[in-house]
Amino acid sequence: MTLLGQFALWAAFLLGLWCAVAGFSGRWRGRPDLTQSVTRAVYGICVALLVAAACLWKALLTHDFSVEYVWAYTSRNLPTYYVISAFWAGQKGSLLFWALVLSIFASAAQALSSRRHAALLPYVAAVTSSVVAFFVSVMLFAANPFERLAFTPLDGRGLNPQLQNVGMTIHPPMLYLGYISITIPFAFAIAALLSRRLDTGWIHAIRKWTIVSWMFLSVGITLGMWWAYVELGWGGYWAWDPVENASLLPWLTMTAFLHSVMIQEKRGMLKRWNLGLIVGTFMLSIFGTFITRSGVIASVHSFTQSNVGYFFLGFLILAGAFGFTLLQTRWHLLEPEAHLESMVSREAAFLFNNLLFVGIAFSVLWGTLFPILSELVRGTKITVGPPFFNRVNVPLGLMLLALTGVGPLIAWRRASASNLRRQFTLPLGTGAVVAAALLAAGMRDAYAVIAFALAGFVAGTVAQEFFRGVRARRRIHGEPLPRAFIRLVGRNRRRYGGYIVHVGILIYCVGFAGMAFKREREATLKPGESVELRSPYGHTYRFTHVGISQYQALNRIVSAATVQVERDGKPEGVMTSEKRQHFTVENGEKVPSFEPSTEVAIRSGLREDLYIVFAGPVNGTEEAVYRFTINPLVWWIWYGGLVLVFGGIITMWPGGGHPVPVTRQAPAAYGAALVGAGEPS
Amino acid sequence: MKAGTKFLIGAAVIVASVGFLITEGVKETGVYFLTPTELASKTAADPSFYDVGLKMGAKVVPGSIRRDSSSREIDFRVSDGQHTFPVIYRGLVPDTFTDANDIEVVVEGRLGRDGVFRATDVLAKCGSRYEAVPKTARA
Repeated sequence: MTLLGQFALWAAFLLGLWCAVAGFSGRWRGRPDLTQSVTRAVYGICVALLVAAACLWKALLTHDFSVEYVWAYTSRNLPTYYVISAFWAGQKGSLLFWALVLSIFASAAQALSSRRHAALLPYVAAVTSSVVAFFVSVMLFAANPFERLAFTPLDGRGLNPQLQNVGMTIHPPMLYLGYISITIPFAFAIAALLSRRLDTGWIHAIRKWTIVSWMFLSVGITLGMWWAYVELGWGGYWAWDPVENASLLPWLTMTAFLHSVMIQEKRGMLKRWNLGLIVGTFMLSIFGTFITRSGVIASVHSFTQSNVGYFFLGFLILAGAFGFTLLQTRWHLLEPEAHLESMVSREAAFLFNNLLFVGIAFSVLWGTLFPILSELVRGTKITVGPPFFNRVNVPLGLMLLALTGVGPLIAWRRASASNLRRQFTLPLGTGAVVAAALLAAGMRDAYAVIAFALAGFVAGTVAQEFFRGVRARRRIHGEPLPRAFIRLVGRNRRRYGGYIVHVGILIYCVGFAGMAFKREREATLKPGESVELRSPYGHTYRFTHVGISQYQALNRIVSAATVQVERDGKPEGVMTSEKRQHFTVENGEKVPSFEPSTEVAIRSGLREDLYIVFAGPVNGTEEAVYRFTINPLVWWIWYGGLVLVFGGIITMWPGGGHPVPVTRQAPAAYGAALVGAGEPS
Repeated sequence: MKAGTKFLIGAAVIVASVGFLITEGVKETGVYFLTPTELASKTAADPSFYDVGLKMGAKVVPGSIRRDSSSREIDFRVSDGQHTFPVIYRGLVPDTFTDANDIEVVVEGRLGRDGVFRATDVLAKCGSRYEAVPKTARA
């Protein structure tokens, strides 16, 4: 099987080269046979990589430990579910996963794109195939998943227990899907530049792709936060580690891009900026891989460090040079069709939104690279950590949150005083009420008060939009409330789906702000002893250590410590945190594999999470060391993620995206309201 | 004034504030990241380097870890092969922090004039057998 897999990789590589050469050369113009050959090469690569993937999965599932990759990441007692997900658990497998998914996306882009974009597609094929060929070449020349060991070990080394978590099996592929799908918009941008078809055609072609990749990135990042929170036991979900930052960077520029393309569609502005943004986003996605794989920046995410990183650095430089040179040669074709008319307009709000996103991305990049930069310039390594990122990004993030409310409601071109009054009186009132209530309740953390007040403001803008839309439909069509609501959203999916995404984002922000009120206490307790912790809402929690029990499960020995919880003197049940020691069986004896890992006890709620870490027993007695944490509002982050996905799905739902003039869908009064804030959907 | 000019002023304000936040942030929160040898030569050359917040990346000397579970205090030695510093830390250490073999740690804290490094944060990086294993302990 490994031989077949190896052969399939070579086939994919050669097909990729052919597709790139034929596609980029432009010789296919006026030659249907060549054009067809380019397209078919894309499908051919996909088939070859499916074969390669099937070979690797077969090796994993049949426990063929003569394959180095299978030996390194699985063992006989590993649950099947994790054997399957071990495909992307390690570097070599994840490269294959990446190439495979990209080739599937590339085929979908060829098959699903409208014939209107036929003149772009062979160039798109050339770009996507070059990227696939690059990934395959890394496998062939540096990190081959089909590499064999000289002998066949009896058992594998097993999967790290911290990766044996459902979140961890979904989080990396989601992030990969996000990173990978950025290639498609990038490919269309390059195709538009090469073919000099620089109207909004390429933007229409990638509209859904950009939302898809943005969604995957968002979900991947959120799942990573969730995994860090439930699995790592330090009580937080985001540490501003270089690898985390690497996933945030393309998300930031992609979000900027999602907004700025609307300006180009509507007003013909920002053409150069948009092309630059998408090339930059693609580079950041490769940069993320480079950081993760090369170990140039010290990170606690220690992927196997290898020269594979430098393949990516080379590719990054090449792709950037190519993209920006191309952009520069087409610069004169990208004159804006309109200019900014007023600072108080939707265009201006979106421009500032873009500046802030790029500013945040720049500061995150700067902070991440700072150890390297300071060593180059000053000879000493200086690092910046979470305090730096919070200091810089919290104020910028709050400005963005404010624009989340302003952007969708302010008029295009030039907002009049009456437009401003009509749109913002109620939301501003909501925000002010929230701020006053929190201050009256005794909240003194300035950033938190501002964050909650802005969340109230944004929620006010969205609620007002839904209310006005529904009211107009009911008045004009006489529809009952639920139908009016569903039709309103269904007929303007991009717009109202976008609002729901904004609601998701503001729910995230509420969750982030809640962390300002985290309470924590460590204690060593004998059975029967207890500690108290006061929650930010003024309740007193009492945690009583009950005892430690030991038992054995499939591939691990578990020590479980149980705590009884009381709130204000009333019992609230028990919580159990575990210490697990995984083992492998060698010659009938259990040999510990990996270091012990902790299972955190978490009780989630709308207001706060109780988060208990059992750090271990004292010298084998029943005395236990604990960390007790109260994390306010964390729950909101995960549910913000669900709302965001829901909104994203609405915007992408087929059929809603065709550009029908709004006035045809609804009579004048309603149409005017839409034009005031209109999306061309 | 034209809208374009006004926008440029607004943009300049944003760019300047981003730049200001970054430079201030680095100045206020940046800490040296040193190896034991670099730390030893810095303190030898300039005694004011004692009691300055910094990070030190090194390996734990095998067998040097002593835990006092009931007080949650832990002391160990770190080394880069040339210089060795004793470290004291109070708090929970990550699971990956073990005596086993050459684990890399990053300790954040201050070197006292008595030559003892008092850590406020210990991060352990695991050896070659793992991938993607972040671990943090906070004081």
